[in-house]
Amino acid sequence: MLESSKDSAKLDAMKRIVGMIAKGKNASELFPAVVKNVASKNIEIKKLVYVYLMRYAEEQQDLALLSISTFQRALKDPNQLIRASALRVLSSIRVPIIVPIMMLAIKEASSDLSPYVRKNAAHAIQKLLDPEQKEMLIEVIEKLLKDRSTLVAGSVVMAFEEVCPDRIDLIHKNYRKLCNLLVDVEEWGQVVIIHMLTRYARTQFVSPWKDDEAGEEYSENNFYESDEEQKEKDRKVKATYIMDPDHRLLLRNTKPLLQSRNAAVVMAVAQLYWHLAPKSEAGIVSKSLVRLLRSNREVQYIVLQNIATMSIQRKGMFEPYLKSFYVRSTDPTMIKTLKLEILTNLANEANISTLLREFQTYVKSQDKQFAAATIQAIGRCATNITEVTDTCLNGLVCLLSNRDEIVVAESVVVIKKLLQTQPAHHGEIIKHMAKLLDNITVPVARASILWLIGEYCERVPKIAPDVLRKTAKSFTNEDDLVKLQILNLGAKLYLTNSKQTKLLTQYVLNLGKYDQSYDIRDRTRFIRQLIVPNEKSGALSKYAKKIFLAQKPAPLLESPFKDRDHFQLGTLSHTLNSRATGYLELSDWPEVAPDPSVRNVEVAESPKEWTGILGKTKKEKPAEKFYSESEEEEDESASTSASESESGSESEKEDKEEGSSDESSGSSSSSGESSDSESDNKENTAKKTSRAADESDSEDIKKKAKAISRKRSTSSSSDTESTSSEESSSDSKSESDSKSDSESGKSRSATSSKKEEKTIQDRKAPNKQDVFLLDLDDFCPVPTPVAVPTAAVLSPSLTADLEGLSLLSSSVIDVTTQVSVPTKTHELLHRMSGKGLAAHYHFSRQPGIFGDCMVSVQVTVTNTTDQKIENIHIGEKKLPPGMRMHEFNPIECLEPAGSITVSMGIDFCDSTQTASFQLCTKDDHFSVNIQPPVGELLLPVTMSEKDFKKEQGMLTGMNETSATIAVAPQNSTRLVIIERVVKAANLGIVPSGQDNIHRFAAKTVHSGSLMLVTVELKESSTAQLIINTEKTVIGSVLLRELKPVLSQG
Amino acid sequence: MIHSLFLINASGDIFLEKHWKSVVSRSVCDYFFEAQERASEAENVPPVIPTPHHYLLSVYRHKIFFVAVIQSEVPPLFVIEFLHRVVDTFQDYFGSTNVGDQLPTGQLSVVPWRRTGVKYTNNEAYFDVIEEIDAIIDKSGSTITAEIQGVIDACVKLTGMPDLTLSFMNPRLLDDVSFHPCVRFKRWESERILSFIPPDGNFRLLSYHVSAQNLVAIPVYVKHNISFRDSSSLGRFEITVGPKQTMGKTVEGVMVTSQMPKGVLNMTLTPSQGTHIFDPVTKLLSWDVGKINPQKLPSLKGNVSLQAGTSKPDENPTINLQFKIQQLAISGLKVNRLDMYGEKYKPFKGIKYMTKAGKFQVRT
Repeated sequence: MLESSKDSAKLDAMKRIVGMIAKGKNASELFPAVVKNVASKNIEIKKLVYVYLMRYAEEQQDLALLSISTFQRALKDPNQLIRASALRVLSSIRVPIIVPIMMLAIKEASSDLSPYVRKNAAHAIQKLLDPEQKEMLIEVIEKLLKDRSTLVAGSVVMAFEEVCPDRIDLIHKNYRKLCNLLVDVEEWGQVVIIHMLTRYARTQFVSPWKDDEAGEEYSENNFYESDEEQKEKDRKVKATYIMDPDHRLLLRNTKPLLQSRNAAVVMAVAQLYWHLAPKSEAGIVSKSLVRLLRSNREVQYIVLQNIATMSIQRKGMFEPYLKSFYVRSTDPTMIKTLKLEILTNLANEANISTLLREFQTYVKSQDKQFAAATIQAIGRCATNITEVTDTCLNGLVCLLSNRDEIVVAESVVVIKKLLQTQPAHHGEIIKHMAKLLDNITVPVARASILWLIGEYCERVPKIAPDVLRKTAKSFTNEDDLVKLQILNLGAKLYLTNSKQTKLLTQYVLNLGKYDQSYDIRDRTRFIRQLIVPNEKSGALSKYAKKIFLAQKPAPLLESPFKDRDHFQLGTLSHTLNSRATGYLELSDWPEVAPDPSVRNVEVAESPKEWTGILGKTKKEKPAEKFYSESEEEEDESASTSASESESGSESEKEDKEEGSSDESSGSSSSSGESSDSESDNKENTAKKTSRAADESDSEDIKKKAKAISRKRSTSSSSDTESTSSEESSSDSKSESDSKSDSESGKSRSATSSKKEEKTIQDRKAPNKQDVFLLDLDDFCPVPTPVAVPTAAVLSPSLTADLEGLSLLSSSVIDVTTQVSVPTKTHELLHRMSGKGLAAHYHFSRQPGIFGDCMVSVQVTVTNTTDQKIENIHIGEKKLPPGMRMHEFNPIECLEPAGSITVSMGIDFCDSTQTASFQLCTKDDHFSVNIQPPVGELLLPVTMSEKDFKKEQGMLTGMNETSATIAVAPQNSTRLVIIERVVKAANLGIVPSGQDNIHRFAAKTVHSGSLMLVTVELKESSTAQLIINTEKTVIGSVLLRELKPVLSQG
Repeated sequence: MIHSLFLINASGDIFLEKHWKSVVSRSVCDYFFEAQERASEAENVPPVIPTPHHYLLSVYRHKIFFVAVIQSEVPPLFVIEFLHRVVDTFQDYFGSTNVGDQLPTGQLSVVPWRRTGVKYTNNEAYFDVIEEIDAIIDKSGSTITAEIQGVIDACVKLTGMPDLTLSFMNPRLLDDVSFHPCVRFKRWESERILSFIPPDGNFRLLSYHVSAQNLVAIPVYVKHNISFRDSSSLGRFEITVGPKQTMGKTVEGVMVTSQMPKGVLNMTLTPSQGTHIFDPVTKLLSWDVGKINPQKLPSLKGNVSLQAGTSKPDENPTINLQFKIQQLAISGLKVNRLDMYGEKYKPFKGIKYMTKAGKFQVRT
C-alpha cells in the first residue's frame, strides 16, 4: 500500500503502522518503505511518517540519514508550522551523527522570526543534551532567555532547567521580564518558570522571615564602603527589613495565578509563597489549595501531602478550612489517611472536642486500615493537647472492648505509648489490659500489653506474676515478638519479685533457650547472664536492676510528615520523601543579598524587534522594567492625586489592558511581517522607547512627590503645601532636563543608553530622600493604616486650633478628618418623668477626650421647673461587664429655665448594649440609659484607596457582610451619599477612583478594629453595601442601620 | 518531563504506548502492577510510584490507567494535571466523532485558545450555571459541613472574534474563583466582570466556591432508621427522602446509594416509588428514586438479613445522595447581563441554572 500511487492508500497504510507502534508491536522492518514517503506532499502522510521516524530512526540510523535532507529543506520552508515540525522531528530522531546539523538548526531557529519556531528551538535544546554541546547550547539558551515572546518564555526556562540550572547568572537580566510576562505565558510554562524563580529568589534576596536578624547583618561596617552605600545601610538598619522591590514584584505577579484552572500552577504559586513570602502573606494560598481538593483523586493526593507538611509548621494557615478535611466514606483510603493526618496537625485546644467527635465516626469506619489510623491520630492528639489526654485515654480504653481485633490491637499500642508518657496513676488501665490479654491475638498488641505489665509491674504486683504464669504456658505458641516480651516480663519480675516468680522465669528462660529463633535464644542467654547470679557473672549483673528497670523516655508521637519540610514543596522528592534524580536543593536565604543591580536592564540593549509595531506596549514595557513598582502603585497614585488623573488613570488602565492583550498579538503577528519593515521600525522603536522611559521616569518622580506629600498630610495633618511644591518643582526641573535631553538626542539612538544612565542618576542623586521614603511606604510588608489614626483623627476644636496656628489649607483637613457632628439629639430624661428636670444627649464625635476607648457624649440638662435644681450628678451605675463610664463633673446649681451642657465619656466596649445609670439631683434620682447607635462606636480613619483595598482583601469571608439596597434617585450623587453616610455613622471618607464606588473607613472606639464600608452604585438605582470588619456583629448592625439611610428619600 | 506513556486497561493489558525520548521497555509497568496488587482497589493505587530507574506517575479515569514514566525531578502535579488534560482531549476527540478521519491540524492564532475564521449561521452563546452542594449530614440530621461549589460551563458558537462580558447581580458571593485562561483577570479584580474572548465550542469558563459565611440551604432531608440487632440475624432498614428549602422547585434525579457492611447477606425492601438493587457481592444498595413528590414522600422499607453467627456490624452505613434541581442556583448567584463586542451580528444568548448534589453524605 505504501508503494501505491494514491495518497489515500498510503495514508491508510501509515495509520495502520502508527497503530502498530502504539500497541507496542515492532514495525521496524517497514522502515525503508516508510522513509521514502518523508518527502510526500500530503501533509497528513508527512505527519504520520514523522511519527514513525521518531520511533525507529534510532534503530536504523543509516537509513534515517536519507531523510535528513528533507528536513533540512523543511527548515527553510516559508510556513512556520513546517519549520517547527521539521525541527521537532529532527531533534527527536536521536541519531548521533546529525548532532552538528541539529546544533546548527537550533541556532538558526533560535533567531527565527516566528516565536513558535523559537519555542520549538527551546524544546529541541532539551533533546539534544550532550555534554560536548553544552556550552553552545547555553549560548542559545542565553539568547532565547532574552526573547520577549510569552510563547518562548516557558520553553526556554524548561531548557534552562534541564541544561544549566546552576547558571543563575543568566537569569538576572531577564528576571523582571519573566515576572512581568508570567501571567500571559501558557500554563505549563508558568509552572516551570515559577519553580525556577523560587530557586532564584532564594539565592538573591534576604529572608523576609527574621526581622531581627536583618538589623544585625548590617551592623558590621566595612570601612572602604562609599558614603552612598553607607546610607543605604543606615536606612536598612532603621527599617529592620525591607523587601527588595524585585522580591515583591515576584510575589505580586504570581498571586493572580492562584486563580488558575491548572492545579499545577496553583501548587507552584503556593510553594513559591511558602518558600518566599513573609509569613504573614503565605496564608493567601490556603484557600486556593483547598479548592484543589475538589479535583481528581491524584491531584487531591499531592495537594493533601503538601498541605500536611505546611500544616505542621503553620497551623493557622489551614485552621479556617478544618471542615474541608473531614473524611467522606467514599474517599479512597490514601486520601482518608492524608486528611486524617492534616486534621491531627490542626488539632488544638479550641477545636479538639469537635475533632474527637468526628474521629469517633471514623473509628467505626468499615475501612479498618483507616480506623486504625484514626486511633493513632487520637493518640497523637492526646499527647499534644494535655487537656484531653485523659478523655482520649478513656475513649481508647472503651475501644478495647471493640469487636474488631485490628481496632483493639491499635488501641493497645497507642495506649501503651500514652501511658508511657504519664504512667503516674493508670494502674487500673493496666489491670484492664491484662485481662484483655486472653482475648487479643494480634502479636503487636499482646507484646505491648506484656511490656506494659513488665514496665509497671510494681504498680500491679498481684497481677503481673499471674500474667507471667499464663503466658509461660502458651509460650511455645506465641509469635516471636510476644516471646521476647514474655522473657522481658520474666526478667523484670525476677528482679522485683523474685520470691514468686523465680521458678516461672527460669522455666521461661529454659523454653527460650531451645527456641527455633536465634533472636530468642540470644535474648534468653543475655537475660540469664544478667539476672541469675552465678559465680561467672561479672560486674554487670549487679546493675541488672538498673538496666532493666531504667526510666525509659516516652516515645514521641509525631507526624510522619515532620521531616518532609526540607524538600521543596510541590516537588516529586517531597511526595516521595526521598531525593529524586535531578532534584535541585532550595538554597538557604543569603545572609546579605547579592548586588540587586545585576537585574537592571539597559533599555537600548534589549532586543526590540519582536514586539512588533504596537507602540503602546513598548511605551509601557521599559518603564516597567525600571520600576518594579508597577501597576498597583500607579493605579493608586493616580487615583489619589485626584485632579491630575481622573481621566488619566482611566486611559492609563485602558492602555494597559490593551497592552497586555496586544502584546501577544504583537508578538505573533510580527512573524507574518517581512523583515524589511521590521528593520525600519527598529530605529523608531529605539527612539520611542528611550523617550518613553524618560517620560515615565519623570512621571514617576512626580508621583513620588505626590505620594510623599500625601503621606505627610496624613501623618502630621499639617501638610505644608509650599514644601511639597518646592520639592516637586525641583523634581520637575530634572524632568525637563531629561526631556530636553531626549529631544536633542532623538536623532541618535546611540545616546539613549547615556540618557538611561542619566535618568538613573536623576533617580539616585537629587531624590534620594524621596526614594527612601517611598520605599518605606510601599514595601513595608504590613501596611500601617491603623497606626496613624490617632494623629489623623482630629477633634474639631483641635482642628480649629491648628488652623489658626499654621498655614495649612483647610481643604486638606476636610479630607482627613471629615468630622460631621450629627445634630440629632436623643432624649435622656423627659421633663415629666424627671420632675421638671429634662436631659438630652448627643454624640459629639470627639475622640479620646476621656480616654482612648471612650465615646464622648454631650448631655444637655435643662431645668423646666421654677426652682433651682442643685447638685446634678451621676449616681449608681448599672453597666454591663467591661463597660466603663467617665462621669461629668457635678453641676452645682441649675437656675430655673437654665440649661447646661456637660460632656461625659462611655466605653461601650464596641457593643450596642445600654449604659444605665442614675441621674441624681439633690433630692431625687432618675434612672436613665444611653444606647449608642452603632455608628457612634466608630472613629474615622484616613487611608488610601490602596490600603483600603488591601485591608478589605484581608477581611473577606466571615468578616464581610453585604446587602443590596434600593437607592432613592436623589441620593445617588456622591455628595449626598457621603453626607448621609457620614451623618449616620462616624466614618472617614476614603478617596475613590471610581465614581460609582464610595468607600469609608473607621475603627471601633474600644478595640480599634477596622470597619470598612463600601457603597457601590449599580444600575437601576440599586446599590451594593458592603461592610468588612472583624467585629461582625457591629458590622451587621451597621449594615442594617445604613440601609435606610440610603434608600429613604 | 514525561518520558513515555502507557495506557493500561481494566484487565491489566498495556494497550497503547508512546515514547517521546528513547524507548522505555514495557517491563517498567511491572512495578505498577505490583503496586496495583498491593492496593487491592484501583482507587488506592498510589499516583506516584518510585522504581529503581524511573518514577511512575499515573491517573485513573474511565477504568483506564494512564501511566507516565518520568526520569527525573518534576512537579508531580505538572504531570498529573497534564495526563488529565490528555484524557479530556481523548474524550473530546473520541467522544464526538468516530476516530476522526482528519487529524487535528496544528494552528497558530493571535488568541491561542481560539482558531481564526470561525463561521456560524446561527450565532449562539449558552451558559450553564451549575452548582454542587457538598455536605456531610450527621445522624441527627444536622449539617456537619456544607459548601457550594459552582461552575459556569459555556457552549459558544459565535462567528469571528467576539469579545464577551458577563456580569453578575451578586458577584460578592463568589469567594474563590478559577478561570479559563481566556478571562481577563485584571478586569475581574477591579470590576468583578468576566471579560473574555471565548474559545470556540464547549469550555468551562469559571469554577467558583461560594463564600463560607453564606449558610448553605440543604434542599433535601433523609429520615432513616437502620438497626441491626445483636441476637437475631435480621435488621430493620427504613429511609425516607423529603424536600426542604427547595425554593419551590422540584427535586429530581434522586438516587440513593449506600455501602452496606460486610455482614449483610441480603435485603428485602419495598420502595414506595422507583427501583432498587442490592448487589450481594459488593454489598452496594442503590435506589433510583426519581422525582420527589412533596405530597407523597418516597420511602424504602424492609428487612436486612445478616450472616448468622457473626456479631452485628459496628457501624451503620452512610447514605450517599444524588439529586438535581433545575432552574435554581442554590447560592442565589444570578447573571446580570451578557454583552458582546467586536462583532456586529446579534447573537442568541441563553443562561441556565442548575443545582446538583456533589459529595452529599448522610451518616446514620
